[in-house]
Amino acid sequence: MQSKMLRLLQWWFMFLAALLPLGWISYNAWIFNLGADPAKTIVDFLGQWALHFLWISLALTPLKHLLGWSGLLRYRRMLGLYALFYACLHLLSFATFIVGWRWDLLLQAFTERPYIFVGATALLLMIPLGITSTKGWQRRLKKRWGQLHSLVYLISLLVMVHLIWLIRASYFDAVLYGAILAWMLGYRLYLKRRQLQRRRGTAAAGS
Amino acid sequence: MLIKKADKIKPSEITSESVYLNRRRFMQGLAGTAALIAAGSARAIPEYDLDSDLPRYPGPDWLQGLLRASEPNAAFSSQEDLAPYHSVISHNNFYEFGTGKKDPAKNAQNFNTDPWKVEISGEVDKPGVYNLEDIVKPHRLEERIYRLRCVEAWSMVIPWIGLPLSQLLKQVGPNSKAKYVEFTTLQDPQRMPGQRSLFSSLDWPYVEALRIDEAMNPLTLLAVGVYGNALPPQNGAPLRLVVPWKYGFKSIKSIVRIRLLEEMPKVTWNETAPREYGFYANVNPAVNHPRWSQATERRLPSSLFNPNVIDTRMFNGYADEVAHLYAGMDLKKWF
Ligand code: HEM
Repeated sequence: MQSKMLRLLQWWFMFLAALLPLGWISYNAWIFNLGADPAKTIVDFLGQWALHFLWISLALTPLKHLLGWSGLLRYRRMLGLYALFYACLHLLSFATFIVGWRWDLLLQAFTERPYIFVGATALLLMIPLGITSTKGWQRRLKKRWGQLHSLVYLISLLVMVHLIWLIRASYFDAVLYGAILAWMLGYRLYLKRRQLQRRRGTAAAGS
Repeated sequence: MLIKKADKIKPSEITSESVYLNRRRFMQGLAGTAALIAAGSARAIPEYDLDSDLPRYPGPDWLQGLLRASEPNAAFSSQEDLAPYHSVISHNNFYEFGTGKKDPAKNAQNFNTDPWKVEISGEVDKPGVYNLEDIVKPHRLEERIYRLRCVEAWSMVIPWIGLPLSQLLKQVGPNSKAKYVEFTTLQDPQRMPGQRSLFSSLDWPYVEALRIDEAMNPLTLLAVGVYGNALPPQNGAPLRLVVPWKYGFKSIKSIVRIRLLEEMPKVTWNETAPREYGFYANVNPAVNHPRWSQATERRLPSSLFNPNVIDTRMFNGYADEVAHLYAGMDLKKWF
């Protein structure tokens, strides 16, 4: 009973904590504290948080194996959905604050700017994952659920390309997030290989 | 190809431009005097109402009198709304002090620019290392209100104070071999934290250049002040270029060297990403940056629900003054 209460509290804590970035940027927009170009500041900020949530949700598996942090794994769905949420806000703020819903400019952005095109592809691919993230869909899709959700690796690579194509004066962000992503994906490959080896090992012993 | 183009500029053309310039200044001088008499005031540039909680930059003693005596140049003015002072001093691209827009205002405050020396060398009659004071003092400073169009598709309208670059160049006497003017920003990683970054895509020092006829164009300004005061360090104190018909990155900051050259020099952004940033970098709505459109710009400051998107104009609206410089050139090729 008590542990259920605790779970509920934890859930609400996570849920609200993930809204803090949105609260922070809204508050600072409200008090005009975002500098001379608030539009760009907001778009960048929301893009960064979309990326952070995506990266955090990808980090949970390696962290579980390395540090035994399995508690957070329960929140992976929530964190992934927040990545989608912030990415949608990122797109909305771009369309509203930067291009002012001028359809000619929007269309041009999506067709002529490769970095926006890959960003949009990433976002588009995130949507089915968001929709099928519920337990019901997990049950219905069975094995294919896992296959579908391994799209997240492709999405993360697309976001990485989005980021790289944005580089102007500093490689810092691309190097930092690229290194983390390489580690997170590399670690999964390593796990997979070990799993395969172990299976082959048991198969050999059985024969 | 480019060098051939420059060969076509005869020294006589430069001279004729300077005669034109003298005449123009004479006329403007008359107009300025008339305005002074009419206004009966010693200071013709407006007393800007700068927010009292923002830093001001009075500049060194020798400059203060010159700034006070500066006059608006009616021929280079604008009816557009000025970007507010707080935006001008807090929204800067000056990667020597960090890559964020707010970094320079944060990191450059203790950047001491007095004393300051400027090396002038290359194809000139009077090369040397000059004290900034000695370069600036012989000239009457003027205020010019220019549109500044960043290559990132935002823009501001800014009241600069400075002197035409052509006046300084005449003072040192370019010889007939001088086809290009190259400018270099200070390189001092101790004082410029951005130059210590391991992740910078730029090679220091920052270098920019103009063709000599661009440099001699009456629009080309060497600024020492903005908004009635000296330049803040984040805006390129103590001496920067302002070339209003080109993307902002051509308007190099904190200049320590001016070289006159026969050959086209290598310039920083063009070296970093030649497909994206040309030597000329003229504002041109018809030639997009590979990663974004240049057809429109966001005039800052913009409010959130009115992004203030306006159409970008050819040569940033200065076509009458500069289009002749590029007659016959394919500007899609020489972007
Ligand atoms: C339709 C989809 C998208 C659009 C239209 C879009 C648009 C943009 C734009 C205009 C910028 C600023 C570019 C600049 O600096 O000039 C940007 C930056 C960024 N975007 Fe996106 N994006 C999209 C999807 C995504 C997604 C799915 C993610 C991550 C999950 C993402 C993460 C980022 C990040 C991290 C930045 C860099 C912010 C910075 O410079 O600090 N974007 N995006």
